[in-house]
Amino acid sequence: MRNSKLRSLEEAIRLSGLRNGMTISFHHHFRGGDKVVNMVVDKLAEMGFKDLHLAASSLSDVHTPLIEHIRNGVITKISTSGMRGDLADAVSHGLMAEPVIFRSHGGRGSAIASGELKIDVAFLGASSSDELGNACGFSRSENAKSICGSLGYALPDAQYAKHVVVITDDLVAYPNMPQSISASVVESVVVADSVGDSSKISAGAIRDSKNPRDILLAKQAAKVILASPYFKDGFSIQTGTGGASLAVVKYIRESMIEKGIKASFALGGITAHMVKLHEEGLIGHLIDVQSFDKVAAESIKNDPMHREVSAIEYASGMHTGSATHALDIVILSALEVDTQFNVNVLVGSDGVIRGAIGGHQDTAQDSALSIIVCPLLRGRIPCVVPKVTTLITPGSSVDVVVTEYGIAVNPARPELAEMLKEAGLNILDIKALAEKAKSIIGTPDPLPFGDKVVGIVMNRDGSVLDKIYNV
Amino acid sequence: MIKEAVAGTLESGDILVQLSPAEGMTIELQSSVAAQFGRQIKELIAETLKGLDINDVYVKAVDKGALDCTIRARVTAAAVRSTGKDVWKD
Repeated sequence: MRNSKLRSLEEAIRLSGLRNGMTISFHHHFRGGDKVVNMVVDKLAEMGFKDLHLAASSLSDVHTPLIEHIRNGVITKISTSGMRGDLADAVSHGLMAEPVIFRSHGGRGSAIASGELKIDVAFLGASSSDELGNACGFSRSENAKSICGSLGYALPDAQYAKHVVVITDDLVAYPNMPQSISASVVESVVVADSVGDSSKISAGAIRDSKNPRDILLAKQAAKVILASPYFKDGFSIQTGTGGASLAVVKYIRESMIEKGIKASFALGGITAHMVKLHEEGLIGHLIDVQSFDKVAAESIKNDPMHREVSAIEYASGMHTGSATHALDIVILSALEVDTQFNVNVLVGSDGVIRGAIGGHQDTAQDSALSIIVCPLLRGRIPCVVPKVTTLITPGSSVDVVVTEYGIAVNPARPELAEMLKEAGLNILDIKALAEKAKSIIGTPDPLPFGDKVVGIVMNRDGSVLDKIYNV
Repeated sequence: MIKEAVAGTLESGDILVQLSPAEGMTIELQSSVAAQFGRQIKELIAETLKGLDINDVYVKAVDKGALDCTIRARVTAAAVRSTGKDVWKD
């Protein structure tokens, strides 16, 4: 092709005009199998770049090699939705001079669109691309290697970054259409051996939790949904991952069939469970910002009613037309909930960062009914506490907290509490749940936080919600 | 004089307790909840052993978030194995 954009990674970086101090961005659709971040940052280090701001949609265990690049001054600032593993541990222990900026998925979309988060060069891994950069999170070719489904978190970067490099391991003939990322915004296409480890991208087939506590929590959450005013024909729903919240879908499915109720759409991270209900005709549309498993990734390729949306279209608080604004019910998990209904999903009980904001803030705030499902205790760790370690989702966004010891309803929703009581559910004051936890495990000693700020938690509107200190 | 004994497992929610003969009481604790509960767990182990008249012992404990009742039971079981004295029978 005469106007091919095929380049080596080094050529693509040189052409991008990247300089020290600039911002580079990545998406996390390959999750634990991601190879793009390490590949690109290794190359940037080799080329002598310093003082870069790494703005990823999220980071995980696989990004441990970034620790060395931070020590060597290649990366001096990070923005992300979450962080896990050794990198998170090192950051919590004060690895970086500058605090990490944590944003929700919707908040990141808003920040990119508003220019608060300016991206100089986006390096976007894609499961297939043609020579001009029409790229997808799946591949129609027989050489498909690493499929991830939706590229929703990469789309704001593709739209707003000054320079876009697509990195793929499956170069296909032009035109790779319909496409997720349009060639019109792409400057270079780089072919790599692998952009992601497929075995770590896809969770495979539907798996049901066998954990009896998860099943109990799921059944209770399903009862809350059924007793709520939102369970009616045309409702919409989003579930987080995790045994209990996935299983909720299974229990409301039976009632949907029984009562002839169909959902208009399911939103967010789409799983094999949701695809199954959609294929059974119980859910009209799947609105997919992130495909959580292989079944969902295949479905988005083949099914026109399974739509990919960008993080902005999904959950931006700044864009009043984002899909969360139309959402009725969301089921979310938590590391901790406090007696003001505030939720922490980012910092562990040992003070170490071990999670991600994800769409928690966005969906909890915009949905008509937000349900937090969490056990009262995880081992000796209390999950209902007097005050969360780190504030991620303000209590004003949370309606119901479901635990195995009882259900608490936000006092701001007295009518909902009444309905749930009438349905025979065990409704308790959230302070009683915190007391119950304390009676079993005692009062924890305060965490040994230092005085260095290692992380800043942003609210989706761009204001600062909380600070994370070193341990 | 006690002999070496072990009780418990490394499963989540359990604690593995190893007792060895020593002079005075030393407790070495590894715990997944050390920051918040390490002090309380050590106190509970010491208190349980003293209650069984064991004061000269080296304790190595690996805790995976066990509750107090579990810790007390594992320490007591290790003590019974260590002394041969069945405290539940008496």
